[in-house]
Amino acid sequence: MRRLGRLLPAVIVIALLLVVWQLYSTLGNVGNDLLPAPTRVASAGWADRSSLWDNFLPTVREVALGFAISLAFAFLLSILLDRSQTVRRALTPVLIGSQTLPIIVLTPLVVIWFGFGLAPKILLVALVTFFPLLVGLLEGYASTAREAMTLMQTMGAGWWTTWRLVRLPSALPSFFTGLRISVTYAVVAAIFAEYAGAELGLGIYMQSAKNSFRTDLVLAAVVLCAVLTIALYALTFALERLLMPWYAQSRRAAS
Amino acid sequence: MTQIDINSVSKSFPVQGGRLEVLDGVSLGARSGEFVSILGPSGCGKSTLFSLLTGIEAADSGELLVGGEPLSGDDNPFAWMPQNDVLFPWRTVLDNVALGAEVAGGLGRADARARARELLATFELEEFADSRPFELSGGMRQRAALARTVAQGRDVLLLDEPFGALDALTRTDLQLWLEQIWERERWTVVLITHDVREAVLLSDRVFVLGPRPATVRLELEIPLPRPRTLETLADPQVAALEHQLLTALDVGAYRAG
Repeated sequence: MRRLGRLLPAVIVIALLLVVWQLYSTLGNVGNDLLPAPTRVASAGWADRSSLWDNFLPTVREVALGFAISLAFAFLLSILLDRSQTVRRALTPVLIGSQTLPIIVLTPLVVIWFGFGLAPKILLVALVTFFPLLVGLLEGYASTAREAMTLMQTMGAGWWTTWRLVRLPSALPSFFTGLRISVTYAVVAAIFAEYAGAELGLGIYMQSAKNSFRTDLVLAAVVLCAVLTIALYALTFALERLLMPWYAQSRRAAS
Repeated sequence: MTQIDINSVSKSFPVQGGRLEVLDGVSLGARSGEFVSILGPSGCGKSTLFSLLTGIEAADSGELLVGGEPLSGDDNPFAWMPQNDVLFPWRTVLDNVALGAEVAGGLGRADARARARELLATFELEEFADSRPFELSGGMRQRAALARTVAQGRDVLLLDEPFGALDALTRTDLQLWLEQIWERERWTVVLITHDVREAVLLSDRVFVLGPRPATVRLELEIPLPRPRTLETLADPQVAALEHQLLTALDVGAYRAG
């Protein structure tokens, strides 16, 4: 019951937005084809549900695979950067540089290089999402208490033991901040990659719907994207509770 | 076997435009099973002394002997207890204590936990074995931190202002508790503190360090009978000893001069 109570404000806001949208598109001076009402988006989406579903699954797969690679890469790289100052100095400019690549220019190139298959999508999702993960981890390592490091040193702990027992757990809260930021980028990146060329996926679905002026179907796909992102975001909290049960408790105790 | 001898140890650090002399020929020591305190004003180089003892830094000159042998980095005999307990929130109290046995003591996980369980009994924390550190009071946390220090299985406990962050009442309470448990266990202890009362109440011997560059200004035996209890504080000798230590520390000197 309490969970329901916490969701209520969000539900009310969404409902209000839908009502305003509905009123504007039916009573306003825009054509129903330009801005279809929510009811029409829902009914069109429902009518085309099997096609939407077939395009939804590949997008989910790309996001999942891209994200898995991004996570593995971010963890590995964070260990290297944490381990050695030289590596950190050498790689930091390249890593920041990688984030300034204009995705809009890069995407078609990646499609040219890797084709219409899964590879370019995974690559783009990973490229867009790894940076917040990496920064979250690095800042998290840096937040390790100095006395904790000294304690490990006086106990004769090696680098790996210290990382595993102290630095990684210290970094988790900050890692989850990075995770929540990057998870909201993931779906957009996948859609973008599909937009540049794909056989199936919500991105290519939106493109062909747009080309045939089916704004209602474009918006139906947009709704699916939003639902996917919200679900992923919620998943990060579930994961957080699973991996750091102590965190929420100790925060509650401290306040 | 765990006798500690520090003979005319000096240490300076490079700073802009020269060197900062921190320790200038400091000599002190602890016999096996002795409780020794190092008392000094803040910033006098107590923590530098501590990094020398734990092998984090090397002395410029002088000797640090453990049982007559030069101190070696690999086989350090000191188990350090920091001022802030540094209990990890992601570990239960039991696992925090086991950490000492696991990392410093080199025990396997199961053995380390068994050892930690014994210690929790000694430290009257058994019922909190599965609690998280944040569920404990400040005093209990320091007790758990001391248990982790003992769990390291090293010869000498190096307590670095262990009660400095506690409120005055809890501090006195824990000092008396430490005295009680020390009477039973008779560890060799080096306590670094700036609390004169604490030094008098707990120590066999107190070394007073002066301000930087630090030298030993006074070595004082504390002849108070053991076990020491709350009643010990009513002993007129306590006031005399505290007075002697405070005088050596120049406390109040600026008003007289």
